Amino acid sequence: MSTGKKIWAYRRENGRVGIRNHVAILPVDDISNAACVSVAANIQGTLALPHAYGRLQFGADLDLHFRTMIGTGANPNVAACVVIGIEPGWTQKIVDGIAATGKPVAGFWIEGNGDIATIAAASRKAKEFVHHASEQVRVECDLEELWIAAKCGESDTTTGLASCPTVGNMYDKLIPTGLYGCFGETSELTGAEHLAAARAATPEIREKFMKTWQAYQDEVIEAHKTSDLSDSQPTKGNIIGGLTTIEEKALGNLEKIGKKVSFIDVLEPAEAPARGPGLYFMDTSSAAAECCTLQAAAGYVLHIFPTGQGNVIGNPIMPVIKLTGNPRTVRLMSEHVDVDVSGVVRREMTIDQAGDALIDMIVRTANGRYTAAEALGHQEFVMTKLYRSA
Amino acid sequence: MTIPQLLVHDPQDNVGVVVVEGLTAGTEMLCVVTHDNSDFRLVARQDVPIGHKVALRDLKAGDTVIKYGQDIGRIVADVRQGEHVHVHNLKTKRW
Repeated sequence: MSTGKKIWAYRRENGRVGIRNHVAILPVDDISNAACVSVAANIQGTLALPHAYGRLQFGADLDLHFRTMIGTGANPNVAACVVIGIEPGWTQKIVDGIAATGKPVAGFWIEGNGDIATIAAASRKAKEFVHHASEQVRVECDLEELWIAAKCGESDTTTGLASCPTVGNMYDKLIPTGLYGCFGETSELTGAEHLAAARAATPEIREKFMKTWQAYQDEVIEAHKTSDLSDSQPTKGNIIGGLTTIEEKALGNLEKIGKKVSFIDVLEPAEAPARGPGLYFMDTSSAAAECCTLQAAAGYVLHIFPTGQGNVIGNPIMPVIKLTGNPRTVRLMSEHVDVDVSGVVRREMTIDQAGDALIDMIVRTANGRYTAAEALGHQEFVMTKLYRSA
Repeated sequence: MTIPQLLVHDPQDNVGVVVVEGLTAGTEMLCVVTHDNSDFRLVARQDVPIGHKVALRDLKAGDTVIKYGQDIGRIVADVRQGEHVHVHNLKTKRW
């Protein structure tokens, strides 16, 4: 069933395949951001991942925080990881979680040490990790060993005509060969939830999907909406692009999962897939940076992002390949476009050909080609928060 | 094949999508149904931006708009064939 296509990638200690080779400097909490940024400034080849949370969270929200932190450090695109927190307890919990992958990881805490001593000690360790990471060599791996997530953004009507069906065509071709896939955007399936549910592999998974979708409606949308969400779903950009209703947007969105494959599980935000190769649905926000951050934390190493009007999103550890089928976006924003599938709306390119062009770009990106978002410095790292802190 | 001005997903749809820039009122559009590659002609009655929808037939307030062969909302102000369909005359049935 293999495509026979090979990529040059990093084989990590746990057998997973990574396509980037970061040394991450990961803050446990918001107040450790400054130390992490200082370490990254001291040591070339490291990547600080500052974020806004990590204090006074509790319950499911705290579980999600740990899952996101540990998952980010554990991602195969990360060769080694320095963790810095305000105190040792939660710092060590994240270090232990990442250490389960077998990769080099070390934790530092600021209380009792101060920023300066912490930065000095963490910088020495980060330097060691950079030497380690920079000696890793790419080896030949199978294309289908990749875990590839997808999400669309600043969608318009061309998304449903061209770029999302292109992603669907790629999943139809690669998932049967052993690829892990992932789609999310719970609220944005509204209007197409019946079609999404019909793609669940079993009645049990279908029920789990509908329960997840309904919970988002009841607990997030209905509980907090002020009118009809018409300015947010669809977004102002969606509306400029010609999308009118959430139903229309959802139907275009769902084109991303292709025509043949079924999804084999419903994941919590940032939950790692555990039922083997196949397509997974993850319960996520439809905001691009939040969704990508959760998918990267679940272990996905590459992201495919169809856009209509030109969302410019990137992720610090997971390359984001952008494609568009909108000829105007290609004309005005070409620096953000990795794969131009506007030939589909001109009827000069079939969806099958567009899918092959995307697979070609996946191979090139896996081999090391910088995506547009990487070249332009997009590193949006945004944690999902479920409710207010204690 | 000539480049179409309007694409329609499904034979059941009552709207199509403009896929060229600068479409002006009075243009006789080549319209292609992507599902089966069939085509037809339709005159645009208004200037319609790329990505925006055009009614394939007259639609009355209360009618359901069909795209992808699916319900995408209801008409809230009458629309004639060839006119622009968007937030001014089409509304979600959700939320």
